[in-house]
Amino acid sequence: MTTKTRFPAVSRILHWTMAAMIVAMLFIGVGMAASVSSRYELLVAIHRPLGIAIFVLCLIRIVNRFINPPPELPDTLPSLQRIAAKASHFTLYALMFIMPLVGWGMLSAASYPIVLYGPLRLPPILPHDLTLYAWLRDLHTGLAYLFFATILAHFGAALFHGLIRRDGVLKSMAS
Amino acid sequence: MMTRRCLLSTAGLGGLASRGSSTRDGNEAGLNMLNMKSFWLGAGPVSNAAVIVRLGAIGAAMLSVAGAFAYVGGWLSPARLTQDRMMAAFRDANGTHAGFRRNHAKGVCVSGWFESSGQAAALSKAAVFRPGRVPVVGRFALAGGMPFQTDAPAKVRSMALRFVLPGGKEWRTGMNNIPVFPVNSARGFYDQLLASSPDPATGKPDPARMKAFLAAHPETARALALIKKRQVTSGFANSTFNSLNAFRFVDAAGVSVPVRWSMVPVQPVAAASAEPSAAGDKNYLFDDLIAQIAQHPQQWRLIVTIGQADDPTNDATLPWPAGRRQVDAGTLTIDHASSEDGGPCTDVNYDPLVLPPGIEPSDDPLLSARSAAYRRSFKLRAEEDHEKPPSAVTAQEVQAGGKS
Repeated sequence: MTTKTRFPAVSRILHWTMAAMIVAMLFIGVGMAASVSSRYELLVAIHRPLGIAIFVLCLIRIVNRFINPPPELPDTLPSLQRIAAKASHFTLYALMFIMPLVGWGMLSAASYPIVLYGPLRLPPILPHDLTLYAWLRDLHTGLAYLFFATILAHFGAALFHGLIRRDGVLKSMAS
Repeated sequence: MMTRRCLLSTAGLGGLASRGSSTRDGNEAGLNMLNMKSFWLGAGPVSNAAVIVRLGAIGAAMLSVAGAFAYVGGWLSPARLTQDRMMAAFRDANGTHAGFRRNHAKGVCVSGWFESSGQAAALSKAAVFRPGRVPVVGRFALAGGMPFQTDAPAKVRSMALRFVLPGGKEWRTGMNNIPVFPVNSARGFYDQLLASSPDPATGKPDPARMKAFLAAHPETARALALIKKRQVTSGFANSTFNSLNAFRFVDAAGVSVPVRWSMVPVQPVAAASAEPSAAGDKNYLFDDLIAQIAQHPQQWRLIVTIGQADDPTNDATLPWPAGRRQVDAGTLTIDHASSEDGGPCTDVNYDPLVLPPGIEPSDDPLLSARSAAYRRSFKLRAEEDHEKPPSAVTAQEVQAGGKS
């Protein structure tokens, strides 16, 4: 196997670390938005710093993608599946970049202090504005559902490559 | 998308008995199908049956993840108390009032400052307790979700405050003029809302439901007895407002103590008159407050009560024993009032979990419940902001010095 058929170690570490963080983030998000239980406070306290950590890792990952471009998809892949793969990856990158910013901006527009941990706080990135808050708050929810749906499709497609096409695409990231 | 397409082509595959057993007529079609199969599914050494099994497994794996997500989101548990169901209960109890807070809907904005005495600085490292002044934006309100209700002495009054501290830190607190809270859990609050909702048939709460609720919640029956016994004063300005929930003060060394706090009026206390509101003024409590602030700044002392090891911190229906150590942390001065419409408190959510370093939540489950419900209420009224009618206490009313 040449290095062309497999993601470099840095890319794989970034992918799997962020995969765990983002899946945790989506479950924490949907859970805390429904909860009035005493778990709510803890979930919110995790959600904020985890979101910022995902944002920082996302920036690193974008830089890494230029340094370590992903291996080419197999030539045998039909063009429709190729387009779906490219589009879903673009969506995933766009969402992991934009979601933390929408969250940060939404807390700014609501004038909530953006607490990371203990005394550590982030400055607001948008003015205190109720209309802006309402818009960003709904956008945050909408994008979260889109994010979850895209990850689900990504998960299904990875299994499809690994179990059915068996074309080495899953192995390029999973081994 | 991709998976559905595969399922469709596998359905086509189902017609293929097996590779190479096609009849003369089916030969061409069979070959095409085979090509289709290798095109969409790849040419891996997997039999048709195995493809179907594996597609099924992929579908099952995806469905499990989606199911777990739906479970966590509360969609599979109709009995679970969620933020949406709490908001629905407010709607049932009070009707729909677009753009208003779901609870404590009728209010007025105030502002001023807090001057710390420095005496609480040994208990909490929060900047607000160091000697000095911090600006405060507050809100006085009546409990309940009806923004145009008529003022009356026995209605629960509240004071919400936002202390703006250096370095982007803040302390927000909402307090009521009752000695204990009627419920000790989110479920208790929800059940009480349902029990006090008007019966669709009569338009009035059903006493039988309230009776059943109190029988199921003896802690509420006990708390209501204490609440009923409280001294009701003549107005907002001479009311004592209590935190009700316990918190923890953390000092510079990281040592924490349980606390509850109260805003105790400097203004002389006078009992509420038995007479109904003067000249039928629906807003007499607010108008009196506005007139008093216009005349002279109104003041409260922040009294912090330090709990002992056995004092309940997770049950807001239980008072702490008398004789606990108290610290006078400083004086709140309110020198300005304004209507909610255009006022500085309107776009503020007085979320009790917005705390500065040095003040931490206790194990009281109501703190999470309040924070979650306040945030959901804030989201809803932000969405409805463009359709909000003027508040009961208008800018003109404040301008006129409180005379409506």
